[in-house]
Amino acid sequence: MSASLALPHRARRLRAIPGFGLAFGIALFWLSAIVLVPLLALLLRPFELGLVGLWASLTEPRVLAALRLSFGAALLAAALALPLGLLLAWAVVRLRFPGRALLDAAIDLPFALPTAVAGVALTALLSPNGWVGAPLAALFGWRIAFTPAGIVVALLFVALPFIARTVEPVLRDLGREAEEAAATLGATRFQTLRRVVLPALAPALLTGFGLGFARAVGEYGSVIFIAGNMPMISEIAPLLITIRLEQFDYAGAAAIGLAMLLLAFAVLLALNLAQRALRRGWA
Amino acid sequence: MRPSIPAGRRAFLAAPALLALPARAQGVRELLNVSYDPTRELFRDYSAHFVREWQAQHRQTVRVNNSHGGSGRQARSVIDGLAADVVTLALAYDVDAIAERGLIAKDWITRLPQNSAPYTSTIVFLIRKGNPKGLRDWPDLVKPGVAIITPNPKTSGGARWNYLAAWASAKKHGQDPEEFLGRLFRQVPVLDTGARGSTTSFVQRGQGDVLLAWENEAHLALKEFGAGQLEIVYPPLSILAEPSVAVVDANAERRGTRDLAEAYLRGLYAPAGQEVAVKHFYRPRDEALLAKHAQRFPPLELVTIDGAFGGWAEAQRTHFSDGGVFDRIYRPGR
Amino acid sequence: MNAAEDPRWLRALVAALALLVGLLLLALPLAAVFTEALRRGWEVALEAILEPDSLAAIRLTLLVAAISVPLNTVGGLAAAWCIAKHDFPGRRLLVVLVELPFSVSPVISGLVFVLIFGLQGWLGPWLQARHIQVIFALPALVLATLFVTFPFVARTVLPLMQEQGRAEEEAAATLGADGWQIFRRVTLPNIRWALLAGVLLCNARAMGEFGAVSVVSGHIRGQTNTMPLHVEILYNEYQFAGAFAVAALLALLGLVTLAAKSVLERWSGRAVGEAG
Repeated sequence: MSASLALPHRARRLRAIPGFGLAFGIALFWLSAIVLVPLLALLLRPFELGLVGLWASLTEPRVLAALRLSFGAALLAAALALPLGLLLAWAVVRLRFPGRALLDAAIDLPFALPTAVAGVALTALLSPNGWVGAPLAALFGWRIAFTPAGIVVALLFVALPFIARTVEPVLRDLGREAEEAAATLGATRFQTLRRVVLPALAPALLTGFGLGFARAVGEYGSVIFIAGNMPMISEIAPLLITIRLEQFDYAGAAAIGLAMLLLAFAVLLALNLAQRALRRGWA
Repeated sequence: MRPSIPAGRRAFLAAPALLALPARAQGVRELLNVSYDPTRELFRDYSAHFVREWQAQHRQTVRVNNSHGGSGRQARSVIDGLAADVVTLALAYDVDAIAERGLIAKDWITRLPQNSAPYTSTIVFLIRKGNPKGLRDWPDLVKPGVAIITPNPKTSGGARWNYLAAWASAKKHGQDPEEFLGRLFRQVPVLDTGARGSTTSFVQRGQGDVLLAWENEAHLALKEFGAGQLEIVYPPLSILAEPSVAVVDANAERRGTRDLAEAYLRGLYAPAGQEVAVKHFYRPRDEALLAKHAQRFPPLELVTIDGAFGGWAEAQRTHFSDGGVFDRIYRPGR
Repeated sequence: MNAAEDPRWLRALVAALALLVGLLLLALPLAAVFTEALRRGWEVALEAILEPDSLAAIRLTLLVAAISVPLNTVGGLAAAWCIAKHDFPGRRLLVVLVELPFSVSPVISGLVFVLIFGLQGWLGPWLQARHIQVIFALPALVLATLFVTFPFVARTVLPLMQEQGRAEEEAAATLGADGWQIFRRVTLPNIRWALLAGVLLCNARAMGEFGAVSVVSGHIRGQTNTMPLHVEILYNEYQFAGAFAVAALLALLGLVTLAAKSVLERWSGRAVGEAG
């Protein structure tokens, strides 16, 4: 839409700030060496199987079940993290209460805690003889560790800070003027939240959802301890990759890796489009 | 581009780099033993013994490095270039896989006595004290309400022995082995990737009624976690597990460690090496020593992989490869 | 009461709920780590950390972070500067590519380097013939860590750079400053706090990475074990107190990093507040 408009604009800007060549060179070299060339290997390796072999290797029931589980659990975890992350961000930005600074710092904890440590700790907590698992089992008969529910909890832990930290700055920027204006115009509090606050937060929420999902879908270290790892039931796709590697099936392992990458990309692309539509509708 | 990092941070970066310079003395020869999970304690002891012995005989200081992990994963690491001088893995199949890539001579299994397995083990049941579910033999495992803990045969060497022992028993009892294994694995609530993970699930997390484990692993768990809670049950029939050892020829040649590597493996067959094996609950090859410890290693009927399954290549293809019998167990609709 | 304000009870409820979520999901796992670490007393925990293999793991972890964090800082800054301060075809694509490693499973991040540098991979035989060890040694550990922590610096500084616009840089260019001078004298001072926050975050992640590093490390005690891998080893040796002690130390390193980051953010917040 804006191509014809952008061109002269770009031409004016192109030479405005010097030093582009060197910086771009560094960025491109760095990107190629660390990310692009390695991913090229992932892209090419599966085709050793041939197209038919590749398709067969990806449509095995166990692979399909693992992919379904990984993407389902990651989407569910990101969806659960959405209200929780919003809650945390809202409390940290809008409210003043004892322990607020501590809560603010704690949000980043999943970034800092090594994933394997988080996995062991969560398993210890949620297993039927753990601090949390024991009462849940006794009161409700719930089993969380070693079931898909345990996977969702671990992924929730991993995804939560992404959503809280993406929403937080937007919420801070938003200020209260718009809300106050809405109130002056006679809107109820609920109407204000729904018509003013939520639309303003929606793009950030979507971004956070995307980041949290992307991080969760490939998570390995924290899930492997708590999952139970039953084929067809609680076996995640990254585990299946390592299993194939251990059977010396490099191409098969890379095939699952490639499939995960493409599926994750499709989800992120869909989110991106949704976000663009949201922005347009809002503007 | 350094100035993008503040000076203080640069000093901080430099400090650990200096600390990390390897404190490797001149003239120390190194040997890397790549092994599987349950042998950590065994090889920590044995390596110390070997270093002393070599020092006394050759006036050379040797440093033995150990790497442990799931047997299959370790084999893959060697195939991908981990510079192991010797491998001591859970099963011959994993050594064969390395040999197939040309890193070990194809006839490795005949180069050392007794199938290149200096000690053996078998599969036993580790159960809760008092045997509340009355588990004595393989058929008891599939009684309703019994939860079984075993690692995944796809990723764990020990689990493959578990699986094959169960198969052999079902055949002996005249049951359909595939049907029996299907029932058994449907009663497994947690399928860890390695033997150690399963032991933790069983003992620490309190999962399941019985752990199918290496004999040595069961004894070690008993020792570590107290005999007050756990008991070992020897089923009437099990499998003779022969963990294989081999010199990785390509690496030993390249690194000039062949003499060390061969001495390291041969020493496992010597009396002192056999004693270390006994100490860590592996069955020694030395008949007299085995008889002396009959209390610790009660005799039981043992089938062999060659006798009952036609060798590892055959067993692997039939049972554990993609689309094999094990995969069929988890096919939906059964 | 202002109509834009929530009633007092509702605010209290939201705060309580947030604290509950924080406690259950975030604080409890951390508490479990420290409880387990100290179960057998300080001495056992300290002993596990001071044991030679643990010290080697700590050194290796710091070394890997010390190499990969500066490299990613340089690369991340260069990419962010290009994206924020210049127009060029493919800018959007660069943004996507910079974020790409976030959506790649750590297992895959390790796998790709095996596919390239492994003995069965593209470069493995060539490297081995020249006695260069990449995979299962320090270079591979650094590469895997670089891959995983790649987007952190760029992602933290980019939004700020974009928000600050280009007016200052363009003014400097009119006055005849070259690119390097502009970057150092104009852009860098403006983003220094965000940059430090990004570096710290990158560092925390670099020290704690498990999945990717696990694939490319040979798991040799005292040589190629980083701290997270050493935790796994101790745990597998039934040295639970020791495993959690090393884990607690690792968590502590992360917490110190985070504390430093939030202090920085408070400072920078104040600086922005004063400026505005």
